[in-house]
Amino acid sequence: MVVVERLRRAFGPILAVNDVSFAAEKGEVLGILGPNGAGKSTAMKMLTCFLPPDAGTASICGHDVRRTPIQARRSLGYVAENAPLYSEMTVAGFLKFICDVRRIGPKRRREAIDNVVETCSLGPVYHQTIETLSKGYQRRVALGQALIHDPPVLILDEPTDGLDPNQKHEVRKLIRTMSRDKCILISTHILEEVEAVCSRVIILDGGAVRADATPQKLKDDHGGDLTQVFRKITAGHTS
Amino acid sequence: MIGFWAVCKRELKAYFTTPVAYVFLVVFLFFAGYLPFELGDFYIRRQADLSAFFRYLPALLAVLVPCVAMRLWAAERRSGSIELLLTLPITVRHAVLGKFVAAWAFLGIALLLTLPMPLTVAYLGEPDLGPMLCGYAGAFLMAGGFLAVGCFFSALSRSQVISFVLAVVVCGILVYAGMPTTQGFLTGSLGAGVAGVVESFSMQSHFASIQRGVIALGDVIYFLAVICGWLAACWVVLDERRAA
Repeated sequence: MVVVERLRRAFGPILAVNDVSFAAEKGEVLGILGPNGAGKSTAMKMLTCFLPPDAGTASICGHDVRRTPIQARRSLGYVAENAPLYSEMTVAGFLKFICDVRRIGPKRRREAIDNVVETCSLGPVYHQTIETLSKGYQRRVALGQALIHDPPVLILDEPTDGLDPNQKHEVRKLIRTMSRDKCILISTHILEEVEAVCSRVIILDGGAVRADATPQKLKDDHGGDLTQVFRKITAGHTS
Repeated sequence: MIGFWAVCKRELKAYFTTPVAYVFLVVFLFFAGYLPFELGDFYIRRQADLSAFFRYLPALLAVLVPCVAMRLWAAERRSGSIELLLTLPITVRHAVLGKFVAAWAFLGIALLLTLPMPLTVAYLGEPDLGPMLCGYAGAFLMAGGFLAVGCFFSALSRSQVISFVLAVVVCGILVYAGMPTTQGFLTGSLGAGVAGVVESFSMQSHFASIQRGVIALGDVIYFLAVICGWLAACWVVLDERRAA
């Protein structure tokens, strides 16, 4: 469902993503792990067609992000880092706007909105302005907009960053529930998150893939827990 | 086109869900009424027309339209919502046009709210409707031109203040290039040829031409070229520097 081939992106002299390749299928929760500045967010921005790659390409459900970006975006739901939203809108108005852009017509709209309001527990704040919501609720609204069209691919950039332990637990539970019939990519530097939800892990460092395996296999191969594995793999490359 | 309408609808609503629209409308309507009566000698001239109103409109719009435009992209960059918008299934072109049309419609509403001016003129005398209607059409086109300039500078920076200042400078140049004083200076120092070329690029002279009551194709093409040119530049900037 997601195929990434030799993706490369530089910002001036800094090579943010260097020759990254991987693939992920339906039913997988792929954790993209790495220290700050490893290139996780840049890779995700290219997968969601926000940034064009300098070289290489990627496809979402067979739609190439360079040649058919609109079709690729229709097949995915994306929660960007810090979950940016239109803060002056109400949750209801915002979800209706997303329905408009995603061509969810009046017949399906009620059902689609009801589904995400229930899934993301947005009922109590449905008519509230987004800027008045807590960080936890704002994350849920961002997740709601990513799920509203029931996409086959979900890309979540640090989805639990800044949430309290209860909210983290809820988001992880939701990801596990959805993982059965979706392909989910999660970028994170929180190792407990990887253990909690990911079926496979890619460790990025210095813009390149340093490891690609299941969490268990990584632990077996390198010895020790994920923290030790992470340290071993990334310590030598961290600038 | 669905993405275009969705963005357009959202933007237009956004003006009225924040104080921006109301502050703009109050300031614009105050000066649109104050300037012709106080500085334009509306009563002293004893003419039933809107020339006193239209005389100050270019300078007023050159300052106030960038206020409307400055938030269009700079605020999206500042809050990070540009990443949300441009990862939805919508092209940059449709997003640019959607925002522009929404802001232009808002400026159209602002111009419509000055209708008490022509109604006053109609009450006091028997004005010629042609120049008044042409003046409004010209003002709407000119507002679109200033707005396109503002859109471009809004896309250039994440700071609304920088976007506003740069847009006001360019809009000011487009107005003052056609002013009689500027033209006199240019003719004296650089010759009539250069002054004529500069005047042909000025919004002021094309607006003055329409305001006389004749909508010439050349003037309409000028305004549409200004709008399309600056919007195309805005589109290129967003395409190239969307993550900046």
